Amino acid sequence: MTTTASPTHAPTDTAAPVYNPKSESVGVKRAKSAIFHAAALILTAIVLYPGLWMIASSFKPNSEIGGQNTSLWSNNFSFDNFVTAMDGIGGVSTLQFFTNSLILALGAVVGTILSASVSAYAFARINFPGRSLFFGMMIATLLLPFHVVIIPQYIIFQQLGLVDTYVPLLIGKFLAGDAFFVFLMVQFMRGLPAELDEAARIDGAGHARIFGSIMLPLMKPALISTSIFSFIWSWNDFLGPLLYLNTPEKYPLPLALRLFVDQTQSSDYGAMIAMSVLALLPVLIFFLIFQRYIVEGVSTQGLKG
Amino acid sequence: MTQSPTLSRRPASSGSPLPRKKRQRGTDARAGYTFLLPWLLGFIALTVGPMISSLYLSFTNYNLFEPPKWIGLDNYTTLFQDERFLQSVGVTVGYVVFGTPLKLAAALAVAMLLNSKRRGQGFYRSAFYAPSLIGASVSIAIVWKAMFGDSGPVDQGLSFFGINLGGWVGNPSMTMPMFILLTVWQFGAPMVIFLAGLKQIPGELYEAASMDGAGPVRKFFNITWPMLSPVIFFNLLMETIHAFQIFASAYIISNGEGGPAGSTLFYTLYLYLRGFSDFRMGYASAMAWLLVIVVGIITLIFFRTSKSWVHYSGDSK
Repeated sequence: MTTTASPTHAPTDTAAPVYNPKSESVGVKRAKSAIFHAAALILTAIVLYPGLWMIASSFKPNSEIGGQNTSLWSNNFSFDNFVTAMDGIGGVSTLQFFTNSLILALGAVVGTILSASVSAYAFARINFPGRSLFFGMMIATLLLPFHVVIIPQYIIFQQLGLVDTYVPLLIGKFLAGDAFFVFLMVQFMRGLPAELDEAARIDGAGHARIFGSIMLPLMKPALISTSIFSFIWSWNDFLGPLLYLNTPEKYPLPLALRLFVDQTQSSDYGAMIAMSVLALLPVLIFFLIFQRYIVEGVSTQGLKG
Repeated sequence: MTQSPTLSRRPASSGSPLPRKKRQRGTDARAGYTFLLPWLLGFIALTVGPMISSLYLSFTNYNLFEPPKWIGLDNYTTLFQDERFLQSVGVTVGYVVFGTPLKLAAALAVAMLLNSKRRGQGFYRSAFYAPSLIGASVSIAIVWKAMFGDSGPVDQGLSFFGINLGGWVGNPSMTMPMFILLTVWQFGAPMVIFLAGLKQIPGELYEAASMDGAGPVRKFFNITWPMLSPVIFFNLLMETIHAFQIFASAYIISNGEGGPAGSTLFYTLYLYLRGFSDFRMGYASAMAWLLVIVVGIITLIFFRTSKSWVHYSGDSK
């Protein structure tokens, strides 16, 4: 592990000159810089196009989405699609779907923070028999296709009468089910100096004190990365709700979107895309606010988006 | 990433006869398992237990309503005569084999482009990363379906250049390129990891190579590739495993059916349909275990072959 777990250190974007043995003239450097920016900007346009198309389409009347009109601009921009989208589907308002998504995502954040930090402390800071064995198993679950557990899990929750509740979707989060976050926190804690706990132990502090008063406050960057990613993953999750939820009143946004697609069957493309935009809005806002944390978190921890 | 980091923090004081030390170790065991409890409970109840029971179910006929009936290896032998299963294997393997290398090549190329101290690097990095965050969502699947549908912007744009393919969504030979484009579009996450790896390569290596008259191609194969090989290995392993599990996009784009003509019947989609539409849970469990075995074998092959091309610098800890 050469990477240290500190997502706060962002590389500076200062334009320091690149070492160049041939010591190019200013003109050549300018030209190279221009080529770099031209290439990067073209790539940016391509990468961002689907997003821009989505946003532009959400404001367009149905007749202008697709058809002969390829331009992003329209003279008929309006909020009509959003008005339709906010009405919801199946007698449930979109606001309700938002609330459901929010409950699930916040539940996931709270559960993951509580369970992953405690478990990570055990792996990183306590010496107990069987630690390496369990640590290896935890790493192995990172690679395990989770489809192998969904059928028995479904059977268990069905027999407990918990299908169509949020329990199956949240219980795993409260039991450190996302090994990625445990791993992230273990790596972070290993980067903190061991003298901290030694000193605290000499002063008579037990593990509970050391964890609560020393580790948790120092782990803030790791806790923030974890919160952001567990929120977004839960917000985008589709398979879990698809398996467990049956009543539209309990649907989070991704399931509501599927219902919308099923019922309108592309008759109202505009509203469908407007609802897709609404469903992504919190993720995009998160990204704009926390992009440093997110991108640094990925580069230091190899988190998947 | 996969190197096992040093586990023992304290110097090994084995054989120390002090009773105080012994008592200390005893309380540590108790504290260790107390703190580990959440993870341990989840691991046993939600991973190990279900894995064993799905292994058992894979040898049975089970429809959720009647007790499972033992049928031995029947599920596994039936799988290989099931045309839809074989098709789902073909679709998924095609997607993994073409999509993953293309995505990683794009990620590496763009990372190398961005690996210079130029103004705006942070902006480009964020912009390119954004699709990775939303690419697997239902919203993007809907957008992709609309963009690649009949007379969508992709069809329109290609027609402008005289290429008339029609909508990709309804054309069985164009759905795979559409899904590959969707995964390549999400090159940002591995790119960011590559970029972090590139920054670790000491600049002196390139300087020395330049003095020796090495061109960019030689520098790439003799410096960048070997120095970056642990990161390439990590990305390749994670992206490959990830690619096998594509679900939401396939479900939404094909209306949960895997069409047209089974061309989007990804492995996990077929597993879902067998298990939760037909309630053939034994059959679906056999599929799940086959996936675990295949992914396990691929992981093993990756690690075995990695010795010949992945270079860990010994003192980089």
